[in-house]
Amino acid sequence: MSKISKHEFKSNTMPAIVTVGPVAVLLVFLVVVPLILVAVMSFCQTDEYYNVVHKFTAENYRKLVSADYLKIYGQSLLIAFFTTVLCVLIGYPFSYVIARTKSKKKKLLYMLVIIPFWTNSLIRIYGWRSFLGNTGWLNSILMSLHIIDEPISFLYKTGTTVLGMVYCFIPFMVLPLYTAIEKLDGSLLEASSDLGAKPIRTLFEVIIPLTASGIFSGCIMVFIPCLGYFFVSNILGGGNTDMIGNLIERQFKSANNWPLGAALSIILILVTLLLVKCYQKAGGDMDNLGV
Amino acid sequence: MKVKKEKRKKRIGIVFCTMVYLFLFLPIFVVVTNSFNATTRKPYLSWKGFTLDWYSKLWDNTALLESFGNTILIAVLSTVLSTIIGTLAAVGIYRYKFKGKGIINALLYIPVVIPEIVIGIALLTIFSNANIPRGMLTLVLSHVSFSVPYVIFNVRARLSGYDKSIEEASMDLGANRIVTFFEITLPVLAPGIAGGALLAFTLSIDDVIISYFVNGQTKTYPLKVMESIKSGVSPDVNALSTLVLLGTIVLVFITQSGILSGKHKKV
Amino acid sequence: MGTIVELTGVNKLYGTNHVVKDLNITVEEGEFLTLLGSSGCGKTTTLRMIAGFEEPTTGSIKVEGESIEEKEPFERNVNTVFQTYALFPHKTIFNNIAYGLKMKKVPKAEIKERVLEMMEMVQLSGFENRYPSQLSGGQKQRVAIARALINRPRVLLLDEPLGALDLKLRKQMQLELKRLQKKLNITFIYVTHDQEEALTMSDRIAIMHDGVVDQLASPTEIYEHPATRFVATFIGETNVYDGCITSITDGIATVTLENGAVRVKCDSSFSILEYATVSVRPEKMRFETKPQDGFELIAIVKDYVYVGSVLKCIVSLPNGNELKIERLAGQELPPIGSVIYPYWAPEDGVLIHNDSYKIFKALDEIKLA
Repeated sequence: MSKISKHEFKSNTMPAIVTVGPVAVLLVFLVVVPLILVAVMSFCQTDEYYNVVHKFTAENYRKLVSADYLKIYGQSLLIAFFTTVLCVLIGYPFSYVIARTKSKKKKLLYMLVIIPFWTNSLIRIYGWRSFLGNTGWLNSILMSLHIIDEPISFLYKTGTTVLGMVYCFIPFMVLPLYTAIEKLDGSLLEASSDLGAKPIRTLFEVIIPLTASGIFSGCIMVFIPCLGYFFVSNILGGGNTDMIGNLIERQFKSANNWPLGAALSIILILVTLLLVKCYQKAGGDMDNLGV
Repeated sequence: MKVKKEKRKKRIGIVFCTMVYLFLFLPIFVVVTNSFNATTRKPYLSWKGFTLDWYSKLWDNTALLESFGNTILIAVLSTVLSTIIGTLAAVGIYRYKFKGKGIINALLYIPVVIPEIVIGIALLTIFSNANIPRGMLTLVLSHVSFSVPYVIFNVRARLSGYDKSIEEASMDLGANRIVTFFEITLPVLAPGIAGGALLAFTLSIDDVIISYFVNGQTKTYPLKVMESIKSGVSPDVNALSTLVLLGTIVLVFITQSGILSGKHKKV
Repeated sequence: MGTIVELTGVNKLYGTNHVVKDLNITVEEGEFLTLLGSSGCGKTTTLRMIAGFEEPTTGSIKVEGESIEEKEPFERNVNTVFQTYALFPHKTIFNNIAYGLKMKKVPKAEIKERVLEMMEMVQLSGFENRYPSQLSGGQKQRVAIARALINRPRVLLLDEPLGALDLKLRKQMQLELKRLQKKLNITFIYVTHDQEEALTMSDRIAIMHDGVVDQLASPTEIYEHPATRFVATFIGETNVYDGCITSITDGIATVTLENGAVRVKCDSSFSILEYATVSVRPEKMRFETKPQDGFELIAIVKDYVYVGSVLKCIVSLPNGNELKIERLAGQELPPIGSVIYPYWAPEDGVLIHNDSYKIFKALDEIKLA
């Protein structure tokens, strides 16, 4: 055996190819090339049979600024924004309590957040629909208690879609927050109160700044995917609360206008890049986005 | 007075958390209850009494069972593939210097950060451009592509606390590379690999959006559910969900207690 | 007794970085040899080449007369104690120690017997079923040593094994290691940057500096007769003076320094007009309040520092250099600020060839050209 091949401690081309090669191929063919194709397709036309024709057009992008679409972008951002804010408002105190509990049940409390997510998310969203529908549980209960006489229609409202989104994404907020809060050194809180800060001051001066990284990554992990979760607004919004994800879905399924869908996706990609850049500028660590 | 205040604060915390848990479990409660609903009229919402019928009827719903089988098969295949590819990649990226390492690291974040729907339509585009018939194969490939980064992140987290010299020590003590890999490297990385695999499996089983675009005629369980939502989800679907939930809870408690009492201590 | 490890013309390059330069070391059987040097001097690389984790770029390494560069680490009859201990976190202490024997396919009963015996020897009996994470630093250290020694290697390589321990434990382990080495009669090659550790434990010390062994000799020899300026300053405290030899009579050289001439013993390897360095240990330095024969140094007392039984005088020369002079405490001292005349017995100073003259020579040649 030759000296080089036997002592491959330093020579690392072969092992590098064997170990990293598969993932590189995967990333190229299932991530990079597809996204490039989407970008190319966004400038293509369709023929009368809805087939993609490789002829340049900027028409798809012109369509993106139509009033109807602009309204939906606004609606998407609004829903994603309220979802994120609610996730922080609910998720933060919740994570704080479970992360700082001294009880032995801490692990169980943590698991209880994750367990619901092992049931199919569609089924759970449908559970909400069964609960909130006109003949659903909530209305039945309220009517049988004679609080109301006629069912209230909870469904097909922006608020309901936000509720569904919050439900879907709250663990993505709780997990990074839990990690950040658990790392928080308790003696810092004592030091703060020792130095004369009231609890509310300690919250804003110490606790929140030190857990800001968790809040940031949580927000990114909620806001961005929220824009594309079309099925939540399908099930709970019933077409009244369309988001950009619904638009894309429609172009690739019922409307069969792939180039337009591709152009819409490009918007979503740009929004993502912009937010991730902001996140990095704010000192966020990409590794915290991986759950 | 201070003690009283502390107590009150604690009580507020408990009440708040309970409410959040209620919020989290409410729809599951609805699903489980509906699986015992004796109603036979669409959309199966009004309560017509308790029955276990749906659990027996479940076994006649071959389309549903088949979709569930598909989901499990896809999850197993994609988990195995992504775990192998991801573990190799994590070790390779950690250990070797090569050109393009930074690019690979950056690319790994794409499937994690970009909304699933974009990944879904992008995969649909390449499969249709490459004339790959959509079905089992495209589903597995797609699931591998979005779970590999998670496996890599998990294994990498384990590697960051990994002392390379234990491999040298192993060889120093007379073990060759292959023995060293199985005696030392693999067992030490095992928790990270297992965590990555579990995550890959979970992501695959629950995936709706990406599968929705690349499935062709093959139905997975979530897609079957999606289909049935328009006409109202029948209680046998709820029954299956309840069984799956029960299964996962049992599984989780077994593995969790296994990890707790297991002999593998942290490095 | 004979040679057990032999490094001949060993070079190691990482790219253009020349880490080990033309190394020639022979290690005698049963000896305790230390590679001493500051970080980045190539000592660990040298050790790793003997262990087989690195490959020499050129040169040969022989163990028991047999070339081993071609051998994988797991084929070499040497074992290593790692700086980080490198204990297997997922194996019990018993299984950690048994690992090498298991690899050699030693029968189970014998493994058990030998492991228990070894554990007793390193005072770890009763810890068989613990995991490394449940041990203290010192205990982990013992496991690492036991795990290597149980294989009865011909040579044990130790890479700063005590670096992570606190001072007290380190002192204790130094003695224990030395005791084990004598008892088992195994050759130790020990890497450290701690000169005190090297001086107390070693039979011989190789002082490494920039990938080169400056001196390989016994601790006493190194302390009393440093071969290079680096060795003199690296080991213990010393005062060094760079100058030029202006005359040699009866084995005593007169060296002219910036601050005046001094006298020091010299051998035949030195010649007149050679640049050289004089090294004198603080405890060999003396001073008086009047000029001394053959010494032209004048200094001012800057400070006195009491260090237990001795007193350190810090004095400064006209060019600003400071000297340290040790005196027994309790002697009468001139007040701070007074002028003194440092000197020493010529045989107490060490004259060292100074490489820097080569630079001056080269500069001169450039100027002439």
